[in-house]
Amino acid sequence: MDNLYRDFILEHYREPHNRGVLDPHDLHFADSNPTCGDEMSMTIRLDGDRVADVAFDGRGCAISQASASILTDELRGLTLDELRAIDPREVVENLGVPIGPARLKCALLGYKVLQGAVAGAATSWPEEADVLAGASRGGSAP
Amino acid sequence: MAVDQAAAGVLDGRALRADFPVFERPTASGRPLSYLDSASSSQKPRAVIDAIADAYAHHYANVHRGIYELSTDADARYEGARSALARFIGAPSPREIVFVRNATEALNLVAYSWGRSNVGVGDRILATEMEHHANLVPWQQLAEATGATLDFVRLTDDGRLDPDDLARKLERRPKLVALGQVSNALGTINPVAEIAAAAHAVGAVVVLDAAQSVPHMPVDVGALGIDFLALSGHKMLGPSGIGALWGRRELLDAMPPFLTGGSMISRVTLEATEWNEVPWKFEAGTPAIAEAMGLAAAIEYLERLGMADVRAHERLLFEHAWAALTGMRGVRCLGPADPAQHAGVISFVVDGLHPHDVATILDRHGVAVRAGHHCAQPIMRRYDLPATSRASFYVYSDVDDVERLVDGIQDAQRVFGVA
Repeated sequence: MDNLYRDFILEHYREPHNRGVLDPHDLHFADSNPTCGDEMSMTIRLDGDRVADVAFDGRGCAISQASASILTDELRGLTLDELRAIDPREVVENLGVPIGPARLKCALLGYKVLQGAVAGAATSWPEEADVLAGASRGGSAP
Repeated sequence: MAVDQAAAGVLDGRALRADFPVFERPTASGRPLSYLDSASSSQKPRAVIDAIADAYAHHYANVHRGIYELSTDADARYEGARSALARFIGAPSPREIVFVRNATEALNLVAYSWGRSNVGVGDRILATEMEHHANLVPWQQLAEATGATLDFVRLTDDGRLDPDDLARKLERRPKLVALGQVSNALGTINPVAEIAAAAHAVGAVVVLDAAQSVPHMPVDVGALGIDFLALSGHKMLGPSGIGALWGRRELLDAMPPFLTGGSMISRVTLEATEWNEVPWKFEAGTPAIAEAMGLAAAIEYLERLGMADVRAHERLLFEHAWAALTGMRGVRCLGPADPAQHAGVISFVVDGLHPHDVATILDRHGVAVRAGHHCAQPIMRRYDLPATSRASFYVYSDVDDVERLVDGIQDAQRVFGVA
C-alpha cells in the first residue's frame, strides 16, 4: 500500500548519509519547517569555490531526512554557482516517491537550508505549484 | 469490528454523522473518514450550511442602516445571532458580545484596546506556557509596546499549570492574566474559576481564550468569574470568518475602539468623531452577516444536543482513546490522565516515528489527525519534542474512530519496523 515509505526512503531515514556537523566549516546555516517546527542545519567545507565536504544535522520526519541525505550525496565537487542552480523539482524527483502538497516542505527542507548556506541568509520556499507541476512532468513514482 | 454503542456515551456520534455532509465524501483510501482534527476546525452540519445559503438567498442586505424591509430582516437576524451567543455563554447582555473574525482577533482587540490604555512601563502581564500562539504573541507585542514584563506560569510534567508557580507569579500583581480554558496542544482543562478568583484578588483583569472550550462543554462567563472571553465560530460547527469577544460592559464601555471606520461611529465631522455604543463601537465596516446567521444555526444545533451531553460524550471518548493509546507499545500521550482535567484532545508521539509520518500513514487509513507544533511551540520545547500528532473529538466522533486510529498507528509502526 505504501508508495511513499519505500525501503529506499526508510533506509535513508534510519541511516542518513552525511549526517553531523563539520568542524571547521566554511558555510553554515539552519532553518526550520514552519508546519512542524523541525529544524535542520547544514555545514559545508569548501576547496576554492567547490564543495569539499558537507553534512546536515537536526531531527525530522522520514521525508525530510531522506531528502537531505540524498541531496547531500550529490553536492561534493559542485561549485557555489552550481549549488545555486540546483532545481528544487529535481530534489523532489530524486526521492523517487510521490510527494503531494502536504509533504512538499518536508521534501524541500534540505534544499532550503542548502540555499540559505550558500546565500548566507534565509531564502524563500520555492513556489509549490512550480515544483509539483515539474515533479509530475518528471514522472514521479506511480 | 463490533462496537458497543453503550460505551459511546450519551450521544450517538455515528448517527450524528448523517447530519454532516462531509462524511458522504469518499476518501482516497476508500475507507470511511475519521475526522479527528476538530480542535483545528470542526465540520459543519447541514443545518449550518443551509442557514448560510438561506441567509444569502432570502435575508441578505447590509445591517444597521437600512430603512427597507430586507435590511430590517437581515439586521434582526444578525442581532439575533448576538443574542443567541450571549445566551449560549451566559453573558448578561448581548451588548457585551462583539463579533470579530475569530478568537485571535478577539484577543488582539483586548491587547490593543484595553492593553494599550491600561498597561504601562513596569507593569506585569501573566500568561502561561501552554498558550496557543494566539494568546501569547499579542501579549508579547503589548509588553514590547508598553514596556511591561510578560511572565509565564510553568507546566507540570503531566501538562497542568503548576499551582505553586501560579501563586508565586500572582504575587507580582499582574495587571492582566491571560489563559486558555482548554489547551489545544495538551487537552488540559484548566481550573478557570479558581484562577480567576485568585487573579482578581490581586487586582488583575482575566482574559480567557475559550476557543477550545466553548465548542465542547458548558461555559458560563458569570460562573467562571472572568472579564473577557474569546471564541471562534468555526470550531463550534459554525462558519469560518466569525468569532466573538465577550467582555464586561463597564470594561468595554471604557475601552477605545480597535478598528475605526463606518458603523462604529455616532457622529463624524472632519475634525472629530464620537464613538457608537458597545458592541458596535468595535464593529467597524460591514460585518460577517451571513456567517453570523450560520453561527446562530450552529448554536441552535449544539443547544439541541445539550452541552453537558457533548462534554459527557467527549469525556467517554477520551477515556476510551487514552486507555487504548497508552496501552500501545511505543506510544506516549501528553497531558493529564484524569478525564476530569482532560478534554477530547490527545497529543501523542510514537517512538521512532516523526508525527508527520504518523499523520501521513493515518491519512491512508482515512484518519485525519494534526501533526506539528499546534501553534504552541513553547509547549513542544517544554516537553523536548519537535512536534506531536494530535487526535481531537467532537459530536460526530465515536469509538469506531478510536479503533481506526489505533489500527493506523499499528500500521505506521509496521511500516517503520518499530512494532
